[in-house]
Amino acid sequence: MNAYQYFPGCSLYGTAREYDISVRAVFRALDIPLEELEGWICCGATPAHATSHLLATSLAAENLAKAARKSDRLITACAACYSRLLHAKHDLDSDPSLVEKVRRVGVDYRNGVEVLHIMDVLLDDFGVEALQSRTQERLKGLKVACYYGCLLSRPAKLIPREDSERPHRMDDVLRACGAETVEWPYAIECCGAGLAMAHPEIIAQLSHKILTSAKNAGADVIAVGCPLCQTNLEIRQPDIQKAFGVKHDMPVVYFTQLLGIALGLQPKELGIDRLILNPMPKLSAALARQAASVSG
Amino acid sequence: MPRIGVFVCHCGENIARTVDVQRVAREAAEFRGVAHAVDYRYMCSDPGQRLIQEAIREKNLTAVVVAACSPHMHESTFRQAVAAAGLNPYRCEMANIREQCSWVHEDKEAATAKAIDLVRAVVERVRWNAPLEPIRVPVTKRALVIGGGIAGIQAALDIAAGGCEVILVERQPSIGGHMSQLSETFPTLDCSQCILTPKMVEVKKNPNIKLYTYSEVEKVEGYLGNFDVTIRKKARYVDEEKCTGCGLCQEKCASRNIPSEFERGLGTRRAIYIPFPQAVPNVPVIDTEHCFYFQRGRCGLCQKICAAKAIDYEQQDVLITERVGAIVVATGYETAPRSEYGEYGQGRYADVIDGLQFERLLSASGPTGGRILRPSDGKEAKSIVFISCVGSRDPAHGREYCSKICCMYAAKHAMLYRHKVHDGRAYVFYMDIRAGGKNYEEFVRRAIEEEGAVYLRGRVSRVYQDGDKLIVKGADTLSGTQVEIAADMVVLATAVVPQDDAPSMAQKLNISYDRYGFMSEAHPKLRPVETSRAGVFLAGACQAPKDIPETVAQASAAASKVLSMFSTTELEREPLVASVDERTCAGCFECKRVCPSGAIEEHILQVKGKPDRRVARVNPGVCTGCGTCVAACRSRSIELAGFTDNQIYAQIGALVGEDLAAVGSSVE
Repeated sequence: MNAYQYFPGCSLYGTAREYDISVRAVFRALDIPLEELEGWICCGATPAHATSHLLATSLAAENLAKAARKSDRLITACAACYSRLLHAKHDLDSDPSLVEKVRRVGVDYRNGVEVLHIMDVLLDDFGVEALQSRTQERLKGLKVACYYGCLLSRPAKLIPREDSERPHRMDDVLRACGAETVEWPYAIECCGAGLAMAHPEIIAQLSHKILTSAKNAGADVIAVGCPLCQTNLEIRQPDIQKAFGVKHDMPVVYFTQLLGIALGLQPKELGIDRLILNPMPKLSAALARQAASVSG
Repeated sequence: MPRIGVFVCHCGENIARTVDVQRVAREAAEFRGVAHAVDYRYMCSDPGQRLIQEAIREKNLTAVVVAACSPHMHESTFRQAVAAAGLNPYRCEMANIREQCSWVHEDKEAATAKAIDLVRAVVERVRWNAPLEPIRVPVTKRALVIGGGIAGIQAALDIAAGGCEVILVERQPSIGGHMSQLSETFPTLDCSQCILTPKMVEVKKNPNIKLYTYSEVEKVEGYLGNFDVTIRKKARYVDEEKCTGCGLCQEKCASRNIPSEFERGLGTRRAIYIPFPQAVPNVPVIDTEHCFYFQRGRCGLCQKICAAKAIDYEQQDVLITERVGAIVVATGYETAPRSEYGEYGQGRYADVIDGLQFERLLSASGPTGGRILRPSDGKEAKSIVFISCVGSRDPAHGREYCSKICCMYAAKHAMLYRHKVHDGRAYVFYMDIRAGGKNYEEFVRRAIEEEGAVYLRGRVSRVYQDGDKLIVKGADTLSGTQVEIAADMVVLATAVVPQDDAPSMAQKLNISYDRYGFMSEAHPKLRPVETSRAGVFLAGACQAPKDIPETVAQASAAASKVLSMFSTTELEREPLVASVDERTCAGCFECKRVCPSGAIEEHILQVKGKPDRRVARVNPGVCTGCGTCVAACRSRSIELAGFTDNQIYAQIGALVGEDLAAVGSSVE
């Protein structure tokens, strides 16, 4: 089996460095070989696909073509990269004339690589039972609200492994670690995404609803799989306090960071120190609660 | 030598505008075998037909080619005209110079040349047309109706009223179907039970109708006029003859609180039960899965207390065979399960129910006695959101079609709810309002304008539980705003879908069905109740979503088709069927494998009174003349009458300028 070609994307090299750190740490801990795609370029997200379909497709096609020369599986962690690569692959594979247009741009695309999210690798290749045995259910007692946002489960036809209207795969990963994932209605509601710069007040409003819903559902922490969701939910909390007078104090972590904790890795190895709201006090409290209830 | 007559039609200007019809007739007169060629303004008109008939007599014609429109249009017209003049009708062919020539071309010169070629080809073909005689099959004047909902009931009553016997098979313990579950019906708001129950009783009483309830059609063999049907009469453990319907057994039954199918889970029943008070027959059935006697071998209370001694735990399923001449399929519909809709709670919220469940809440004889009480806590609902198009018109759920009845019943639900709860708020989310029917639009306007229903144009993206309220998030696309409603109850107009086993029923009957599982009619406009199989007809929602008036109309139409079939002792069929040359048949039965109608039988040839070898034989009563077997036959032993190899090759040969018909002589 050749190693997974790993596409980190720009966010994971910048604002979401801790997502990248935790992905690599977790894969290392699970002995899943990961090879960063050599010479990867922009996935074609927001600026590109808002401007030109051909540009966005060509950028993604270049990455797909590079990956195909190395492996039959390209994996990503970032929800936006995942979505762009999936869309481009779908469009190219269903329209030969688009392949020709992309060729004229200078990309030699061939159908041959499957685009997977790291959740797919963890659940379907590594397996739930293996995760259970490796994590020893170390997250027992922790209540997590899994937040999928818009891109991890949609569109339905491109992500057949997931239920688009009631996604469960992040829940599956964290439940395998022993965490209790809460039932909450805001798991796929919009966080405001790219309006972060133009309309921060909308972000504050939407994030406020999501954070409130998670808190009402009893969550200790929100887990995410998207750099933009993480940012909007985490760094807007002071703005929300200003606008709505509510202090949420809700940690927002990458699900891979929780998985890392469950695997016994240190917070620093998972980039947890890079988060703005330190989740460790809540995490430790929840896990201690559990330990106390078991021993008591 | 043949003496062929060619008759070129102008079709007013339809053909003559683009084709030089006189030249076509002049050239045709020179083709080999042609004894007579003329053109005329309207060949299908009375004088036109007379022209052909006189020519047959005067010129002693042996075959006729009419160059005019598509044979779909007028082939039967001209064949009848030719037969009236004493010529075998199958010696008349049409050359289509309208749909396939004048209508699709502009260049008159080229179109005329093409018309001449088309006529030449058919003239060559008709030389090989053998005279054929119609096939006559005897007909059993009894009909089978599958399904005892309003469609099946109506079809059965109409056929019985025509003096023919009917066998009505219903798989539930009672007839009545979904209509018996409805409270009131749009657009008149008459009580569903009140208009249906008399018909159910009539079915039971009618001496021409033999009713099998709690029974299923297991197998269908035979063909038009003579189908042999096997029916499984499931054991109900109650003797229908002895039972008086007193109901004491279900009153005393100790196995309680079983979700009632009739109440769609909102009410309960016992293990021995009559599904609803007006059931026909008024005879209970034992649900063995919940019966203590069947599960634990103890109890037997119902048997002890039954004064009529009607309880029989030893009863077995019985297989019954019946011979019928025609079949009406009226298997009805279901609604898509709520579990399909993650965005609306996937069936996890007790107060998110579907339209049929709401009918039960509205019904005076329903689980709440007609009060609008929430399933979760029994409190009266003070606000209800009705969501249309749940799963219909939605490619994401694999159903692009409109379920047709939901707009109307949502308006009815909102209206009836407001009649019962005067201070209640009724919201209806809709995509479009489709109210095309007599008095339908007026009904919807009444709901909105007079009965205070709040209509919001837009979709609902999510429903979730928040405390004891359901939060409904949606869009109001007319005001361009997002809407959030805290409701006590949500009613989903879930998509109308075929019964789960509709495809397997269609396969049993050898009729076609669409990608959703709805049974297919023979022609969407002109043959809406016939199927691809002769003698099998459709009624009601098994064909497509339908409301009650439409269902009843189609059921009566199907019944009249059956009765007209039964009006003769012998059925006449077009002789355009396949036949096997048993001398060369190798008995591989590839034809049997590919035949879509099940018309091929295995036959053992006898030599000197002893079985020799197996060959294929076509049952002409079943064959639809599709020609699939002809293509599949490896030894070229199958010919399709009216479309023989020689006819086709002669036609192609004329177009390419070669004589391709096989060695041998033409018919004349």
